[in-house]
Amino acid sequence: MKFSLGPVLYFWPKAQMLQFYHDAADSAVDIVYLGETVCSKRRELKFDDYMALAHMLREAGKQVCLSSMTLYEAPGELRELRKYVDNGEFLVEANDVGAINMLQEHGLAFVAGAAINCYNQHSLRRLVSMGLTRWVMPVELSQHWLDTLLSQSIISDIRDCFETEVFGFGHLPLAWSGRCFTARSEDRSKDQCELCCINYPQGREVTSQDGTAVFVLNGIQTQSGSRYNLINQLPAMQGMVDIVRLSPQPQGTFDWLTKFKANINGAAPQPLTTTDSNGYWLNLAGMATG
Amino acid sequence: MELLCPAGSMPALKAAIEHGADAVYIGLKDDTNARHFAGLNFDEAKLKEAARYVHQHGKKLHVAINTFAHPDNYQRWQQAVDIAANAGADVLILADIAVLAYAAECYPKVERHLSVQASATNAAAINFYRQFGISRVVLPRVLSMQQVRALAKSCDIDLEVFAFGSLCIMAEGRCYLSSYMTGQSPNTAGACSPAAFVQWQDNNGTLESRLNGVLIDRFAPNETAGYPTLCKGRFNVGADTYHALEEPTSLNTLDLLPQLYAEGIKSLKIEGRQRSPAYVTQITQVWRAAIDAVMADPQRFCVQQQWQQVLAGLAEGSQTTLGAYHRKWK
Repeated sequence: MKFSLGPVLYFWPKAQMLQFYHDAADSAVDIVYLGETVCSKRRELKFDDYMALAHMLREAGKQVCLSSMTLYEAPGELRELRKYVDNGEFLVEANDVGAINMLQEHGLAFVAGAAINCYNQHSLRRLVSMGLTRWVMPVELSQHWLDTLLSQSIISDIRDCFETEVFGFGHLPLAWSGRCFTARSEDRSKDQCELCCINYPQGREVTSQDGTAVFVLNGIQTQSGSRYNLINQLPAMQGMVDIVRLSPQPQGTFDWLTKFKANINGAAPQPLTTTDSNGYWLNLAGMATG
Repeated sequence: MELLCPAGSMPALKAAIEHGADAVYIGLKDDTNARHFAGLNFDEAKLKEAARYVHQHGKKLHVAINTFAHPDNYQRWQQAVDIAANAGADVLILADIAVLAYAAECYPKVERHLSVQASATNAAAINFYRQFGISRVVLPRVLSMQQVRALAKSCDIDLEVFAFGSLCIMAEGRCYLSSYMTGQSPNTAGACSPAAFVQWQDNNGTLESRLNGVLIDRFAPNETAGYPTLCKGRFNVGADTYHALEEPTSLNTLDLLPQLYAEGIKSLKIEGRQRSPAYVTQITQVWRAAIDAVMADPQRFCVQQQWQQVLAGLAEGSQTTLGAYHRKWK
């Protein structure tokens, strides 16, 4: 089982990003996803900066993938996407089928991110025929769903053509909107957002009126209020899941990576906190803990 | 420009046709469509009856099969396509690439429209879906009018937009908020904030709405309590309590009608298969009159106050918005 670092979903200042990826280079992580996947206005790091980080990480022995955006609305955003597609060196994670379209036109292999709607064996097989080499399961699906899908005969005979990856740690990306909720929370319009999300390195917490964590606002993205944590499910993933993704958090990401690696076979289970959840994997409501 | 109206039952379908819909969209009585609600939708026999009725009146029937097929039950989505095509549906509204491919292979003569649940918001995404022989794309409600215009100019494919009804503020088909809270989402179960998880509680005059135990909103005695759709609740962010994502409001694009017409938008879709025949009657009358007026004389089109009054009365929370079509909403 390998471990990956997902793209940083929040808007961090450049110095924090560079520090994070230097720590990643020194860590035991196998795969690093790089790129802005939430909002095209976030430009602390530009394409060339990401490429420089990609080279540095590859030289440190990491496999690097470039993650593309999830919600493309403007022609200018598609031009930026084309740069990622044409990078010439690194595998690209598609988070919108528009990216798959471009990658397919170039005959390039791709990773289908969790926001690509692939829910069944026939869709997955079709994506494999288009060039998919790694499938990140949609976050709302369960172990049972994954097991059922992978055991279908039309998948078992191509099982060695692709890897499976599961989002295993961090606040879950649950929705994308035309509206920026962080700007709204500061009573700004999206056009006058002043990139205020840079002030919230772990997003803005949304709680119910009686104090339950409900969501996290991250620009146009809405995340789970709880931190998804599948550390204790790693033994059950053996044979099914090739890669477990940790989503970068401002603190403690690499400590958790160490804990995850120690528990691959169940040798070092961890108690979950009241802010953790694992419901989706267990076929419950996502916010639940089983 | 087509007026495409919703129907969750035969009476609603007849109301839509009688009052001027050019086409009606419906779903089967199961989780193969994104309005899988108790007491709603059509079984095979009713679907045939619906097709007969619509065709007798020279109109078109669209059937939504727009959830994502499950791995242990894939045949059910195939059967839904078989049933709809054999009943005489003119159009299948589809989102899952496997179901799109199946329909294209088995029923090439039945038009395929890309459901809003497929979340195609840009030209590259639309290009991706062309391999399944789609003839029309239903655009997600996250785009501004400027972005709709850009797509209309750059893509030679028919576009359909939502004109009125409940406002999804997230890119459709990529929103898992409902399953996060309840285990059921539009993609997997054809439901958002399902009624089975709703609880109401009166606390000394303050009415609380909950979804699977999570407090969505509190209403003072003088406030109108709305259904606890989870993205339309009042929550705390920092020191403020407000509608953190969106207010209970409906999308209303009447003001944009001349622009939509000028861009050659092929179809205006009215949301609301879950609504009553009376709702369908009123909404169809207003939009028929408005579309006729814009087509007769686009330059002199003006929104009649009486139309707006009817629509406001039918809107969620009695308020309407241009939503993402208007940049300031974002």
